[in-house]
Formats: sequence, structure tokens, C-alpha cells
Amino acid sequence: MAAALRVAAVGARLSVLASGLRAAVRSLCSQATSVNERIENKRRTALLGGGQRRIDAQHKRGKLTARERISLLLDPGSFVESDMFVEHRCADFGMAADKNKFPGDSVVTGRGRINGRLVYVFSQDFTVFGGSLSGAHAQKICKIMDQAITVGAPVIGLNDSGGARIQEGVESLAGYADIFLRNVTASGVIPQISLIMGPCAGGAVYSPALTDFTFMVKDTSYLFITGPDVVKSVTNEDVTQEELGGAKTHTTMSGVAHRAFENDVDALCNLRDFFNYLPLSSQDPAPVRECHDPSDRLVPELDTIVPLESTKAYNMVDIIHSVVDEREFFEIMPNYAKNIIVGFARMNGRTVGIVGNQPKVASDSISFTPWNYARRQYRPYFAGCLDINSSVKGARFVRFCDAFNIPLITFVDVPGFLPGTAQEYGGIIRHGAKLLYAFAEATVPKVTVITRKAYGGAYDVMSSKHLCGDTNYAWPTAEIAVMGAKGAVEIIFKGHENVEAAQAEYIEKFANPFPAAVRGFVDDIIQPSSTRARICCDLDVLASKKVQRPWRKHANIPL
Amino acid sequence: MAGFWVGTAPLVAAGRRGRWPPQQLMLSAALRTLKTFDKILVANRGEIACRVIRTCKKMGIKTVAIHSDVDASSVHVKMADEAVCVGPAPTSKSYLNMDAIMEAIKKTRAQAVHPGYGFLSENKEFARCLAAEDVVFIGPDTHAIQAMGDKIESKLLAKKAEVNTIPGFDGVVKDAEEAVRIAREIGYPVMIKASAGGGGKGMRIAWDDEETRDGFRLSSQEAASSFGDDRLLIEKFIDNPRHIEIQVLGDKHGNALWLNERECSIQRRNQKVVEEAPSIFLDAETRRAMGEQAVALARAVKYSSAGTVEFLVDSKKNFYFLEMNTRLQVRVDSGIQPGSDISIYYDPMISKLITYGSDRTEALKRMADALDNYVIRGVTHNIALLREVIINSRFVKGDISTKFLSDVYPDGFKGHMLTKSEKNQLLAIASSLFVAFQLRAQHFQENSRMPVIKPDIANWELSVKLHDKVHTVVASNNGSVFSVEVDGSKLNVTSTWNLASPLLSVSVDGTQRTVQCLSREAGGNMSIQFLGTVYKVNILTRLAAELNKFMLEKVTEDTSSVLRSPMPGVVVAVSVKPGDAVAEGQEICVIEAMKMQNSMTAGKTGTVKSVHCQAGDTVGEGDLLVELE
Repeated sequence: MAAALRVAAVGARLSVLASGLRAAVRSLCSQATSVNERIENKRRTALLGGGQRRIDAQHKRGKLTARERISLLLDPGSFVESDMFVEHRCADFGMAADKNKFPGDSVVTGRGRINGRLVYVFSQDFTVFGGSLSGAHAQKICKIMDQAITVGAPVIGLNDSGGARIQEGVESLAGYADIFLRNVTASGVIPQISLIMGPCAGGAVYSPALTDFTFMVKDTSYLFITGPDVVKSVTNEDVTQEELGGAKTHTTMSGVAHRAFENDVDALCNLRDFFNYLPLSSQDPAPVRECHDPSDRLVPELDTIVPLESTKAYNMVDIIHSVVDEREFFEIMPNYAKNIIVGFARMNGRTVGIVGNQPKVASDSISFTPWNYARRQYRPYFAGCLDINSSVKGARFVRFCDAFNIPLITFVDVPGFLPGTAQEYGGIIRHGAKLLYAFAEATVPKVTVITRKAYGGAYDVMSSKHLCGDTNYAWPTAEIAVMGAKGAVEIIFKGHENVEAAQAEYIEKFANPFPAAVRGFVDDIIQPSSTRARICCDLDVLASKKVQRPWRKHANIPL
Repeated sequence: MAGFWVGTAPLVAAGRRGRWPPQQLMLSAALRTLKTFDKILVANRGEIACRVIRTCKKMGIKTVAIHSDVDASSVHVKMADEAVCVGPAPTSKSYLNMDAIMEAIKKTRAQAVHPGYGFLSENKEFARCLAAEDVVFIGPDTHAIQAMGDKIESKLLAKKAEVNTIPGFDGVVKDAEEAVRIAREIGYPVMIKASAGGGGKGMRIAWDDEETRDGFRLSSQEAASSFGDDRLLIEKFIDNPRHIEIQVLGDKHGNALWLNERECSIQRRNQKVVEEAPSIFLDAETRRAMGEQAVALARAVKYSSAGTVEFLVDSKKNFYFLEMNTRLQVRVDSGIQPGSDISIYYDPMISKLITYGSDRTEALKRMADALDNYVIRGVTHNIALLREVIINSRFVKGDISTKFLSDVYPDGFKGHMLTKSEKNQLLAIASSLFVAFQLRAQHFQENSRMPVIKPDIANWELSVKLHDKVHTVVASNNGSVFSVEVDGSKLNVTSTWNLASPLLSVSVDGTQRTVQCLSREAGGNMSIQFLGTVYKVNILTRLAAELNKFMLEKVTEDTSSVLRSPMPGVVVAVSVKPGDAVAEGQEICVIEAMKMQNSMTAGKTGTVKSVHCQAGDTVGEGDLLVELE
């Protein structure tokens, strides 16, 4: 009987327990439903950024939204987003209100693929607080940068931001610094690319400035330290946004940006194209794309491309186009310091960095253009010379290639460094040293082709044998000398009567490739038409090149 | 009877095989007599000089080339054993510079001079200079040149030999007003031409007094710069004529015979564009009558070489003597090779193409194929026009005249007009190319730490823009076969997809096409040469095309207020200065390029803001000449 009672009591207790459990489970289930709903809601909200009204306004300006840009940049379906739920943490100035919270805040971050290769991306969302940088925004960017560094994959930043989140004060500034630090840590480890697609002002400009390449979108992007209003109040200069920091300014005058594209769509298509030239990190070799262009293709037009008169211009870009695979050449800074040409191309499928003097252009730094409209006279004396801007442009490009295992091919036709007070006062000595330094420091395969002039110190600088060029060629038209015949004769035969004969003798002796060839300063004098075949063959051999440098903390380039 | 051939110029050269064998024998006999020379100087440039030099090499004769300074590295200079620079670029200072050429002859001790054609080949003064120095002139003797090289004299001679001539004024025209008076007497339309000229230079048609004055001025300028002789003549312009020429051969014994004709009616600015033999128009009787008159003329001038007698033939098969070219028409090749500069100072002809077939249809088909396979980069050319002419229904029927081009293309030639199915083919080929490029971009071959995970796209949904119209395309591929749906119609495109080759042979639903991808940009722009014409397409993925709608239109330069040079050339005259008021269509300046003077006119009525050029300037394509406000 007692046992029966006990059993009943246990049964009663059990039933109580069971009902309690049911209730608990029921409440748990309903909670789960609401969380799922909330997740979905947040995701849906995040996808809309700052809301439809702001998206429409963005479109009206001819700009795409942060997510639309990512969808064009990356392979379809490859984007994996992170931190979609991150919100800003500011409680001041009413920022804590629900209407001022946007899941993901003002930046979209994650990883994805371009033509199948991994890349990390952040895309600032102008529709949320004008893309302004909050602590959370910076933290999101830092997170993907950290992972990109550990994994070894490039970072692409799509910049479209009004600046610091003023409501957050110093936290926003701290956020910038966190990003700067990572830009520097990643420098030379993974390629970093910035595409400026809207405003980028104040401290924000230094992140793109620290990255390897800065591209801009024409008419809709600006980069400046202080805007036109501040400029007006401080220096009393009247200047528009476009004049102060538009794509034209930075790609032609300041050299801050490396290329400008027509609009968002054009820029993103080009960025995909550009990305294919780059290795994923400093641990990876230069990419080799499938190539249909025969590596031993002869280029007959090169045999006549260099004019017989040594003062006559020709276009070095024509030589580059005809030597590289399929005439594809992605030029970097095509409108800045045009006396030097730099850019990426492929040889037998492998990415190479091209550096070339441009005999068609004298120097941006002198007051007249090479084709002077009034006189219509070409100034051959300065054609293709090195000056401050071209040295810096070349040096930065050479260092990028060296950092990322991209072989360097240098086409030389250089009459020397540009003379003049402007250049000397501007520091041509230390700026010129940068290019010299960069070539000397580079340990990637280096192939050099002297097409015509290689005069004076500029000869040494342009990836000469003496700076450990691996293969140095001269075309039959090459003149490797201290200076041109006229100048040399004026010094050697000062006061002599028969200057013409002396000049002829100098030309006979020095204005040809032999003095360098007999000393082994060029490895061979080659028929120009065979240039492509020779370079492709050399690059195959040089692919296994290894150079050991003595230990150092870091080198000290003359900045 | 294997001998229908069609030749097109500026791009025209290969063999007239199996035609006129006896005449070919005679030519080689003529060449053998030249073997007596050790060294000859070739007083010409370009393809003609190359041809002469090549023949000399075969015969073991050393050659001396002459060249202007801009031609220093051209092909004929490289081919010759020696070369002498005879002056700066303008022909009057180089290839027409008799003193310099005589000097070169003395210096190189050349025993003979081959003048080629054009330049000094018909210059009696030059022939006389050579005779005085005891240098042999290879070509007709001085008398024949004198007689035939001068149009006025040749016309008088032709009349005497009872050759049909065109009514007109046989004398030298002094000034524009006299030109107008004569033109009125003859009755409009009239033709104004350089007395010393040939090849269409310095030749203009005038339909009224105003045009006569203009034509007189321009023609005399051109005549002066090309031939160093500004004399002009005026004659009745025969409307809708055909241009048919007869070749004649004469010897020193007074024998002369005629060869069959070639028809050169398709002309642009009086320069032959397409030549054809035999003419589809002539009957045996007319052919014989023309041949006999040509022989009569050759006999009359005691012609002892090979030459060409040109006739105009009207719709009733009446024919009129036009001129006689005292020169050898040799088979011609290209005078350029990759890397050659094509100078603005000389003739625009860069190459000739000749095809032949057992009948006309076959010759034309081969011509179309050959034109599709021509790879030309770096210069503008007229392949599109040539290809269009030879497939034009009027041309195919033989219904042509020298006015053919201006009749068929009254507003100028704008390129091939695509039929619906051709358009679909073009879009399918372009889309397939786009996808092939996209797929290739995913083919990385280096040893990578990280796997490449290619996007899995079964169907490429594309939006292709052509002539401002957007077409929806879906493409998918199975190996090298692309299935493409263009606006709903399905096509199959097969090719090797060699993306580096300048020529891409493609089969679209079994139709063989040769296309050339001339340029390609990451932003989707592509230029494709298809059926001879270059088409610009823009290809975007559907997503990119949808987003592209938000992109703003860029503001473009108002082209009516700026005048830019349409081609590289030399400014001959500038007729305005800043502040001048100009009317739309008024002449602003004249640019000479390829030996043609082009009058540049105002795009709108306004005031001249600034002038950026002066007479004598060399200008490049797109250079700013004058700004209006």
C-alpha cells in the first residue's frame, strides 16, 4: 500500500515535471522563432544599408551602392560577408536610438573571388551616415585585413566616405589609426588596392595613400586633406572640389592616384582585369595566365622603329605593345610624369612589370610641352629624360614588383637627368636616388633592353648590368656613352678647330653598342625583332633566380 | 580562257596568271636588253621602287635608291645596294628634285635611270638632262614623253591621229576668270585638270562658275606642288562615263600592238579603287575599235615601249581618248612592311590586291575572302569600302561608271549595312569572344598556394550594345562550340578561339566568317571587323548592364565650335584670324595630306576665337586648328 502511494506520488511529481518541461520547451521554441525572425530582419535591413531613399539618392549621383559594387567586383555568388550584425556603439547625441542603428553600420566587409582567386574586400556605404567611419566601421575593416594578412590574400578597399563619425570623436580617429597600422603591416606582404568611388577627405586619405595602388572614378571621387571651404578660409584660394582633388588632378598633377576610370561600372570591370596581374601575396609567384601568343613570335616592325636620327622621337609604348602578349598593357599613371612609362603586361602568360623611358615626351616639369604649339618644334634634348616626378613614379613601381615577385623588363632610351634650377632645388639628387635604389635593391628577374640612348648616370640607373641586371641587351641602334657626341666633343676638344671631325670620331667610337658590349656591360646585341623571343626565353630561365641579401632590419631608401 | 581578275587599290597585288602569254614574253625580252647595265638608279619610292629593284636583283644589276629624309628607313632603301638622300619630305624638294637626282647619278655612277611611274617618269626635262649626261632613261624616249606626258600636246596629237577626243579647250588657262569663260563656252559640267598631271591629282569637276573658280585655284595649287607646273586645261565632263584603258606595246621599228582592256571605273577622287579585266561592258567590236585607235596613237608618237591608253566610254559605247601613260604597268606588290612609316607626303596607296578566277563570280568571292584576311593596324584604310563595292548588286551586275561611288554612297560611305541575320551573327561572334576571354581569365597556370575556384556559370547572360541598340544574349559553351541565343534566335559559333591571333576564323551555323578583334577594353568595349567593316560593340554581363543604367552621361565637347585636323598633314593655308566672323561651311584652312588638299570649313556661324596653326605647320590627327565662339 505504502509502495503504491509512493508510486502515485512519484507519478504525480513526474507529471508535474513533465508539464513544466513542456512549458519550458514551448517557451524556448517561441523564443527561437523570434530570434530567427530577428536574424532575418537584421539581414534584410543590412542589405538595404541606409534605406531605399538614400539608395535612390546614391544612384541619382551616378554612384552604385556598396553592395552593388561588391557584386560587380567579385565572381557571382562568391561573396562571403562578415560582421553583418555589427552596429556602432555610440550613445551620445541620440545615436543610441533605434533609427540611428544600422546592422553592419557604414561598411560592408568580407571575402570573395575574382576570376576564382581569393580577395578580401571592404566597401564603404555612403547611404549610412555618409559612409562615415565609426569605431565599429574601422573594427570591421581591421578584421578582414588581419585575416587577409594571415591567409595571404590581397585587400581591395572601395572608398566612399564623408570622413570621421564626428559623434564618436576620438574613437573614430583611433579607428583610422588602426587601419593605417594594418596598411603598413600588410605593405609588401599582400597587395592592397584602393578604389576611390566618392569623397575621401581628411585623415581618411592616408589609408589609400599607404596602399599599393589608388584608382579613382572620374567626376564622382575626390581626395583631399581639407576641402575647398577650408582652403578658402586659410589660403584664400578659390577652388572647386574637382580642381582640388578630382581624378584629373590626382592622375595628372599630384601623382596621388594611379589611374582614373569613367564610372563605377567601368572602374570595377577594370579592377577585375587589373587584379589578374597580381600575385596573391609576397609568398606567391607572379601569376601565369593561359597564353595564346607564341613566345617566339618575331616582331619585324621593331627593326625599323627607332629612327636613324638620334634626336627624333618615337613612341616607346609601341615597342611595349608589340613585345608583350597580345598587346595587353595595363599602364600605371599614364598621365603623370609621362617621360617614364610603367605598367603591367604578360610575357608568355607570366605577369611582368614594364619600365620604359618615353622619347616622345620631355618632362612635365618644364614649362613647354614637347610639341610646342607656337613654334611647333620638338625639343629632342629632354626627350625621355629622368626628372623628379618620373624617378619617384618609376621607383615606387619597381619596389612593388620586387615585393611581389614580378619580373622587371626595362626599355632604355634616356638622354640623362633633366638639368635646371627647378630640378636641383626640388631635390633631383635625392629623388633620382630613389629610382637608382629601387633597381639596385630589386632581386626579381631583371631584363633590360637599350633601344637607343643610355647616357650618363641615367644609364647606370636604368636597371644596368652594374645594378645586377640579369640580362642586358642592346639593340644595334644603342648608344651607351657619358653624353651625346656634341656635348662630349665640346668638352674634350675645347678650343679645337676641327670640331666636326672630332664629333664624327666620337660618334664612330661611342655612339654605338660596342664599347659596352666589349666590356660585358651588355650581354648581347640583338636584332630588335627577336626581342620578345629572347625575353620570354630569359624569363623561363630566371624563374628560379634566388638572391641572398645580408640581414638587416629594413633598408633605408632615401625618402 | 582563265582570266577574270579583279584588282582593288589602295589594297590591291598578285598574279594575272595565264593571261596574255605572248605579251609577257615580250616584256621579258625587253628586260633582257637591260642586262647591259651594271648599275641603275631607281628614281621612285614605295612599292614601285621595290618592284624595280627586285627585278634588277634577279637580273644581277646593282641598284641605287633615292629617298627623301623621311623615307630613310623605308623598304626600297633597304632593298637597294646603295641609297642617296635627295632632300626633305616634300616631293618637289626630293623625288622631283632633278638637280639632286642628277647629283646622285653622278655620285653613284649609275648608267641608267628607271623612273618607275609618276614623279619624273613623264618629265621631258628630266629625260633631256639624262640624255645630256649620257645616262640611259629606261622607258619611252623623250619625244613620246613630251608628246604624251603633256595633256594638251597629247590631245592635239590624238586628234591628228584620228583618235576620238573629248570636246574642250586645248590650251593653257591663264586665270580663274578665263577658266569661267571657257567653261561657259564648253558648257557645264566641265573638268579642270593639271596639264602635266596624272593619277587624278589636280583634277576637279565644276558644275557652275563658282565651282570653276574654286576648282581653278585648288587644282593649280595641287598641280604646282605635285608636278611643279601649274598649267591647267578644261574640257567637257562626260557624265556617267566608264574608265577603260588599253595597254599598248611598241618597238623601235614602228611596230605597235594592243592588249586587252581593263576597266577602272570605280574611282574615288579620280584615283582608281577597283580594276577589272575583262570589262563586263565592252563588246568585241568596241574593244577592237578602241585597240586600233590606241595603236594608231602609239604609232603616231613612235612609241617604243609599254604604255597605257586611257579612254572614257559613255553609256552608248562612244569612247574618248583621255590620256596616254608612257610607262610600264608592272605587277605591283606592297612597298611597306611592318614598321614602315606611311608618310603624309606621298601617295596614299599602300598595297594592291589582285585575285583571279575562272569566272567573275569566283574572282569576286576570292577578293572578298582575301580582304577579310588583310591585317592592317596603325593606319586607316579602305578595306570596308572595297569589300562593299565588290558585293554591291550594281557592281555585281556590271552597272558601273566613274560616278559609281558618289551615286551609291551620296553621303559618303558609312560602312556595311548589316542584314538582320548578319547582325545576329556579329552579335553571336562578339558574345562568344567575350565569354572566351572571360573563361581564359580564369586559367592560371602558376603553382599557387591557394586553389583557384572558378565561378560556375552555365549560361552567360549578356547585354550587347550595337549602334545604340541593346540586345539580350545568352551564351553557353561546350568546349569550343558556343550556343548563343541572340534576342531569341539561336546560333552555334565554332572556332579555335585563339585569342592572340589577329584573324579569327569562325563558323556561325555553318557559315564561314573571318573576323578581326581590333580592340578590347575591360569596360566591355570591343571593335570587331566583320564583313570588312569595323563595328563597335559594348558587352556587359546582365548585372553590369542593369547597374550601368545608373551611370551618368558624360558631357562631350561641342564639336561644331572647334576645328580639329581629321588626318595628319601639312597646313597649306589659313584663311581666318582671331576676331573674324565666319559663316557655316566657310573655308577656314586647307590641309594637304596624302597629296590631296582638303578644305576645312566652319562647323557653325560665329567668330574665330583662336587660331592654333599657321601655313607650313605639320599637324597630327585630332590636333586643334581653330576655335570658334
